Amino acid sequence: MARSMASHRTSLAHTEESPEREDGGDRLPERRPAERLRDLLPAIEPDRQLNDWGRSERVEGVFDRTIVEFFYRYWFRAEIEGIENVPAEGGALLVSNHSGALPPDAAVIAKAIREEHPRPRPLYITVEHFFKSYPGFSMLIPKIGCVAAHPANVQRLLYDEEQLVLVFPEGRKGTEKLYKDRYRLRRFGRGGFVEAAMRAEAKLVPTCVVGAEEAMPVFAQLDFMKKLTGLLYFPITPTFPWLGPFGMLAYLPAKFKIRFLEPIDTVELGGAEAAQDKALVQTVAQEIRSRIQESLHEMVGQRKSVWFG
Amino acid sequence: MTEVLPVAPRDPRMRRVLVTGLSTYWGGRLAQALEGFEQVEAIVGVDSRAPRRELERTEYVKVSNQHGLIQRIVRAAEIDTVIDTRLVVNSLAMPPRVAHENNVIGTMNILAACTGSDSPVRKVIFKSSSLYYGSESDDPAFFTEGMRRPHPPRTALERDMVEAEAALEDFASKNPDVTVTNLRFANVLGPDVETGFTRMLSLPLVPMVLGFDPRLQFVHEDDIVHALEHATFHEIPGTFNVAADGVLSLSEAISLVGKVPAPVLPPWGTGLLAGPLRRLGFRIPDEMINLLRFGRGIDNRLFKSSGFRYGYTSREAMIKFGEYLRVQPVMKGVEQGYTYEREVEEFLRWSPHVRRERAGHEGVDADREPLGI
Repeated sequence: MARSMASHRTSLAHTEESPEREDGGDRLPERRPAERLRDLLPAIEPDRQLNDWGRSERVEGVFDRTIVEFFYRYWFRAEIEGIENVPAEGGALLVSNHSGALPPDAAVIAKAIREEHPRPRPLYITVEHFFKSYPGFSMLIPKIGCVAAHPANVQRLLYDEEQLVLVFPEGRKGTEKLYKDRYRLRRFGRGGFVEAAMRAEAKLVPTCVVGAEEAMPVFAQLDFMKKLTGLLYFPITPTFPWLGPFGMLAYLPAKFKIRFLEPIDTVELGGAEAAQDKALVQTVAQEIRSRIQESLHEMVGQRKSVWFG
Repeated sequence: MTEVLPVAPRDPRMRRVLVTGLSTYWGGRLAQALEGFEQVEAIVGVDSRAPRRELERTEYVKVSNQHGLIQRIVRAAEIDTVIDTRLVVNSLAMPPRVAHENNVIGTMNILAACTGSDSPVRKVIFKSSSLYYGSESDDPAFFTEGMRRPHPPRTALERDMVEAEAALEDFASKNPDVTVTNLRFANVLGPDVETGFTRMLSLPLVPMVLGFDPRLQFVHEDDIVHALEHATFHEIPGTFNVAADGVLSLSEAISLVGKVPAPVLPPWGTGLLAGPLRRLGFRIPDEMINLLRFGRGIDNRLFKSSGFRYGYTSREAMIKFGEYLRVQPVMKGVEQGYTYEREVEEFLRWSPHVRRERAGHEGVDADREPLGI
């Protein structure tokens, strides 16, 4: 049973006092308390199939090899720019535009990092709390790397575990928007994502996705059907609801282009202490929003064909 | 109430301990364990029911949660450490009214017995439960001690938990010279303790809610006793989560004990179905229904930062429990239970004919080195 763990865990609470802890009493106060807590994160148990977030390498692998591979390579023919802007280590928050009734953008970004990055890392995708209360989704979503978009979750991922996290600040407003509003960014929440990144002193990577808007254009939203089904929204797309639930996955073969912009270092902005500064947080959120918007305009302008890029 | 501390300093004084809820599993195990420590001068256990574990030098006093009587015991025995292990965390163990009486009124009475300017009590350790946090769809993945539950409590038991902790917090703020340690334990696993989960996992087909695979965290029963000991011998004021490392998904837990998952509970109206199911033998307590859908993860790092180390991860605790489940049918009936006989216990403790200079104790942890201070 987990032999590798025996080295740093003792079987009893206080019979075995490790030497570094004895003299650590003098050294410890120099460090921030949160840094000490970071060292106390549970070790990874090699025999386990899931991690503490409920992520399953096996389930993720199955999806990755089949459906995601198909869409990424042959259906959307994704093209990646600026992958070097995704940090190879340390916590980083990817901030992206969002669209599509069942958004394909998250999976494509995660796959892009796995495929193109010289040092691929798992990407955690923040999703609405709603999914946790919907049967089926609740079971599947954490297994493929989604976590609820709770500030405490983002803080733990970015600061304590130093992971890559993907956030869509537009949230539901982005996926609800209609085809006529394509590539027009909605409001960027209340800047909570900037605050989270600053508190964790993680890098912010603005990310632009072109193609997702055309892959599943939403023509209308039916409010009464939304109330009837209890779903987040009830869109009318070329395939939904006509093909039933599978219509949600029937994307049109639009050409995907993903561009990672230059990262923003939150330490230079003032780091954890400045996270309380609401004005600064809002300014940074605005700045990121306009950078993504600008870049999107440029990418859409250069695109000759929706389907062939 | 909670703050990050450097590794907790040891408190080397001799102490006189009062354990409430001596008949509960934790009270009994804790008293047994404390008997092995030299610097515990006296152990008094109170409960309305007789202890169910063999105790060597613990004094059992049969008294229910009346603060007048407990106060007299506390003063007379000059108790300096009160460890409150009475809390009931399984709503099927007793009717809600009795549980409320025990959990809320009982806590208030015990705390009242410790107050007063001339009270000898210097430390109160309270065994609470992670039920305090509840389980909802918009919970964070890991609860830390500073978080309040995002929604009002749903079940009577959870309400009790919140009220009991409020009483404790009130006591802590009014008695700044008393060290108050509040330990919120995750779901317990182990052969000797019966909870909703242990009962559910011993069924051949383990029911799950269709379409849900909650993340759950457990703690081994030995670690609970060690955690209470740790709080007894260290100065750690504040609230702490006690949960083993690692969060398991329910399906993972079921496969670790070698059972078959049965996703038979409907995703909607689980609560409505729980009543009839209880009559059929699927005894699912109310407070577990949401837990079976949304689960609960707990951040255990603050307690670890006080110097505590767990003996088992959630996974190891689950594997141990699985081993026990396989042996249990073979062992059934072999072991004789212990029954408290007042006359015998009194003879052993007070009769001049008993030779008392015995080497070692026969408590559960007799083989362990007591704290070298």
